[in-house]
Amino acid sequence: MQRRDFLALTALGGGAVFASGLAGCASRADGINQTDFYFVQLSDTHWGYQGPANPDAAITLRKAVATVNALATPPEFIVFTGDLTHTTDDPAERRRRLAEFKSIVADLKVKNVRFMPGEHDASLDRGAAYKEFFGETSYTFDHKGVHFIAIDNVSDPGAKIGDEQLAWLRADLAKLDRQAPIVVLTHRPLFDLAPKWDWATRDGAQAVELLMPFANVTVFYGHIHQEHHQMTGHIAHHSAKSLIFQLPAPGSQPNRTPLPWDASAPYKGLGFREIEAEAAGSAFKVVEFPVVRA
Amino acid sequence: MTARHTSRRRVLKGVFAVAGAALVRVGTAQPAAEPRVIEMTARRFSYEPNEITLKAGERVVVAIRSLDFVHGMNIPDLGMRLDLVPGRVTRLELQPQAPGTIDFVCDNFCGDRHEEMHGRFVVSA
Repeated sequence: MQRRDFLALTALGGGAVFASGLAGCASRADGINQTDFYFVQLSDTHWGYQGPANPDAAITLRKAVATVNALATPPEFIVFTGDLTHTTDDPAERRRRLAEFKSIVADLKVKNVRFMPGEHDASLDRGAAYKEFFGETSYTFDHKGVHFIAIDNVSDPGAKIGDEQLAWLRADLAKLDRQAPIVVLTHRPLFDLAPKWDWATRDGAQAVELLMPFANVTVFYGHIHQEHHQMTGHIAHHSAKSLIFQLPAPGSQPNRTPLPWDASAPYKGLGFREIEAEAAGSAFKVVEFPVVRA
Repeated sequence: MTARHTSRRRVLKGVFAVAGAALVRVGTAQPAAEPRVIEMTARRFSYEPNEITLKAGERVVVAIRSLDFVHGMNIPDLGMRLDLVPGRVTRLELQPQAPGTIDFVCDNFCGDRHEEMHGRFVVSA
């Protein structure tokens, strides 16, 4: 069975498929490896959370790891888009949670795993503990012709990327062809999704402005604990589900309180996603998976 | 009023024109007529009070003291935000022009219940 056939069958079986609507972006840049591939995005695991919104918090992450390991075709790599751990004021406890998280995800069969922090991991100490376990909070890598950029918009407690990182981003982009396929990985939305709920990046518009001249840009992020798809110009932004609890749709209720746990449908609304790069990274197919597959 | 303050007021009127909700001024300058002063504290993870009732057209100063952290106060409806630095009193002058609700939220991540730190101005006719 071809990989693409598998994804289509999964969609028919209940998964949601969203293909980035990048009209006019099907052209290929000369010299770029055209091989399609797929990776997995997990987000907002909040290891250490204890509360009624997920009474199974101690085992949810382990179940997700098992589900990823059971995928018929292993992903080429895995990304975690932040809030690996739930925040704590205690620096020792923060490190204990980071260590436990790292130990659990070490059971992933796929060893090419990329991490980035969320505000729960990094905002109270500007990323100090996170870096001890996972290294730099912003970085780039290339995979089969697609340029990936991890942007840190959480180590500053004010949800700023900051001038220094923006300059780094500008310098990195300056080396790329305007047709190069680019994927941005980050935690918070780079656009003002819901500022009244602090669902924004204070200087995210500057990053989007830097990315705007490039024809093939897609952003995958977390933070809001649900799927959300939005365009800023030709740039597609896709948020991921959480692996701890759901949050309400942006602006759908007065406060952003977690949605209650449904004992009749454990893990409802939680999950991870596969992201298949097609047409040399100018389009992406997203398939959502639950924590536990039937 | 100094030229600097006159300029500042022009800017603030511009904010009002965009937001359609209130005249806003931040700082320590004393206005010509004494506004009502509303004391507010910010601490993890609440503003006290977190709901303030105002009358349309009323000019007030919200005097905010943060007790434990550089909390934020983002007021998206007015297109403005403040950093609330402990040890200082941050003065926010408002003159709401129409009934309605103006929400504000802490936008500096301050800990486990940061998401609960928000409030609103309720403007009556």
